[in-house]
Amino acid sequence: MDQTEFSHVTGGALVKRGLAEMLRGGVIMDVVNAEQAKIAEDAGAVAVMALERVPADIRREGGVARMSDPFLIEEIQQAVTIPVMAKARIGHFAEAQILQELQVDYIDESEVLTPADEAHHIDKWKFTVPFVCGATNLGEALRRISEGAAMIRSKGEAGTGNVVEAVRHLRSITGDIRKLTQADSAEIYAWAKNLQAPLELVREVSATGRLPVPLFCAGGLATPADASLVMQLGAEAVFVGSGIFKSSDPARRARAIVEATTHFQDPAVLVSVSRNLGAPMVGIEMDEIEVRLAERGW
Amino acid sequence: MRVGILSLQGDFLNHFSILERLDVEPVLVKTPADLRVDGLILPGGESTAISMLLQSSGLFDPIRGLIRDGMPVFGTCAGMILLARSVIDGREDQVGFDAIDIAVRRNGFGRQVASFETDLDVAGFEDGPVKAVFIRAPVVEKVAEEVEVLASVDYQFPDSSGRSVPVICRQEKVLVSSFHPELVGEDRIHRLFLRLI
Repeated sequence: MDQTEFSHVTGGALVKRGLAEMLRGGVIMDVVNAEQAKIAEDAGAVAVMALERVPADIRREGGVARMSDPFLIEEIQQAVTIPVMAKARIGHFAEAQILQELQVDYIDESEVLTPADEAHHIDKWKFTVPFVCGATNLGEALRRISEGAAMIRSKGEAGTGNVVEAVRHLRSITGDIRKLTQADSAEIYAWAKNLQAPLELVREVSATGRLPVPLFCAGGLATPADASLVMQLGAEAVFVGSGIFKSSDPARRARAIVEATTHFQDPAVLVSVSRNLGAPMVGIEMDEIEVRLAERGW
Repeated sequence: MRVGILSLQGDFLNHFSILERLDVEPVLVKTPADLRVDGLILPGGESTAISMLLQSSGLFDPIRGLIRDGMPVFGTCAGMILLARSVIDGREDQVGFDAIDIAVRRNGFGRQVASFETDLDVAGFEDGPVKAVFIRAPVVEKVAEEVEVLASVDYQFPDSSGRSVPVICRQEKVLVSSFHPELVGEDRIHRLFLRLI
């Protein structure tokens, strides 16, 4: 945390988690250039995620996936007024330093890029800019929070257009939270051991019944119905990656997913926004894929 | 007393928790049918997204009508932007309620790395300062004479000398703050709002 001359404090947990709170009920969209960023903002996105290739292309083309070119991020920052996020490789704190210097609004330490460190995630407390990290279960989520993540997103399986893994991860996290709230004081220690997570965080979740930071959902969402599904399962906002710009009519689909995320409990709205939406991205079954991105990180 | 919270996007549930403690009935407002309320809170969030959702949900016109008829409203951050007379650096198609005679600049303090927290003295609050959290907050650039400024922060902008920025303003039944009392469980500003109802 830094103190300015008027004793205003920047980079504290309150402002980092606070921005995530502001994004609740919204849609964060993957974009690879300024033109896509404009389409996302016009459709009502609450933020955009700048990256070089959407996950579906990373999956198809292979090779090492890295942080975007700073020029591309600056172009996107100039094109829109909403927050701009960008991805750094797991453990690649130098990429994160560059992204902080560029003043991106959130860094996603992301399994979608090729990991740079096989044992350590970034020490996120050292940064003024907030971080979001993926998680497949409650233990992983709490380990990321202990390293300073200010937002957690379920990992799902990015670039597949298949929501099944996102649902698995979300249910695993929220299901364990529900069970943990029933644990007595002695059982909390066993939970901390089994989750491989810090005792204090486990105790906090047990007492409050929620993560200490907002829980969003990502990985494989492609339709308004997918957004409604994960919101009803307890996600507080959604990330949509390849699902928008790999569909036949990105602007309309983006808008429809925004409406579906707001009105996720209103089937009449879901019908009207889903009608005649054009072709969604072509999805992939889990047993057809070679690389499971969700297994990156620990 | 029924107090609505605009619940299209943003931190509306944080406002809900505060109202629950204050002996009023909070109502999440997503459609025009939810508008049977005595006052309305516009929460923090992304003002561009909320502005679009206000139009598609059919809420914009009825809310504007209710404000013109004197319904008390309270806006925090994005809510302040939606209630302001004019928005500098907004999107051209962004709609607003023109309910309080101030001009605001979106993200006027800078990007997220400049988001800050500070202790704030508020006019009339005897029991200590407010913990004020500013998240990509709007800057109030102009305030009409009829508008009462209840709190200001001194701020050093990168391109000029330090100046005092109004952060809580009131004009008749309209109350706005550029920060988020709802994020820290601060309820004194909400109580101030309830006294307008």
